[in-house]
Amino acid sequence: MKALLRKHRFDFPIIIAFVMFVGSSFYFHYNPGIQILKDNFWMFFKEMIIMLPLMFVLIGLFDVWIPKERIQKHIGEASGVKGMFLVMLLAFIQAGPLYVAFPVAYLLWKKGCSPLNVFIYISAFTTAKIPMITFEIGFLGLKFSLLRILITIPVFILIGIIMGRYFKRNDCKINEG
Amino acid sequence: MKSMMIITTALVILSFIVDRKKTIKGIKKGLKQFLKILPTILSVIIIISIVLFFVSDEILIEYLGEEAGIGAYVSAAAVGSVSLIPGFIAYPLAGILVQSGVSYSVIAVFITTLMMVGILTIPIEARYFGFKTTIIRNALSFFGAIIVGTLMAFIYYLI
Repeated sequence: MKALLRKHRFDFPIIIAFVMFVGSSFYFHYNPGIQILKDNFWMFFKEMIIMLPLMFVLIGLFDVWIPKERIQKHIGEASGVKGMFLVMLLAFIQAGPLYVAFPVAYLLWKKGCSPLNVFIYISAFTTAKIPMITFEIGFLGLKFSLLRILITIPVFILIGIIMGRYFKRNDCKINEG
Repeated sequence: MKSMMIITTALVILSFIVDRKKTIKGIKKGLKQFLKILPTILSVIIIISIVLFFVSDEILIEYLGEEAGIGAYVSAAAVGSVSLIPGFIAYPLAGILVQSGVSYSVIAVFITTLMMVGILTIPIEARYFGFKTTIIRNALSFFGAIIVGTLMAFIYYLI
């Protein structure tokens, strides 16, 4: 309990202050406060509270069912271009905000995915999730979308290589969150 | 979102049929991780909600719509890095920006930083990767986004 409080020493005060702020906004009919809650907070909260538990249940199942050797073989240190391709594919079919990629990254790393592929996964997740692409094409056009993705892929592979090297050289690790 | 619910439910049922104990262990493990990160995510979305209240669409259009030039790129990169706007809002907004005369390359910088750089989500990312790694990844992604935008500026209008 104490450890939990210390870990979230910045989070709990923010949450409590926000609850008090929203509560008094309703009490005093303070419109900006009500608007922040209804228009902004609620939108993110809804997305998070439905998406994340599902995500974490999948992560938990993946954790108990998929053996480490499997992951290591396909996306581990010696997996090369095929491994890169696989993590990109995994990222592209997902949906949701960036923060859902981090627990997945932790799991992949724990199961023996190479640091290079972990960072490729994160970048790919941010660049071209298929559900988002349909949106992008609708509003900005196919030409824009295709060009952007084609230009971004080599850039994020480069970032993945740099991050992977840095990660290994400094003996970094990914935490459970 | 719906498809994800269906997939998750189907996999849970399948897993349950094959091995009950393992399934419960997995779900417990997953939900425990969820509860552990929940306060951090909550406080981040609180901050984002408040920031988003002050940064309205009109303000975005005003800053990004400046006559093309380095200024527009800088503000596109800055705004994109700070905000965490979901795609279903960001893309319609980008569409409006294009119609009001903002160049596609500025939009590319905006979209790329928006997705790859998350200054407000640094507290969440740092829980997993540590602070230093998080900062380095975000900084690299920031420059990466600038490169993407620059290349878009050259290529988009060539073809």
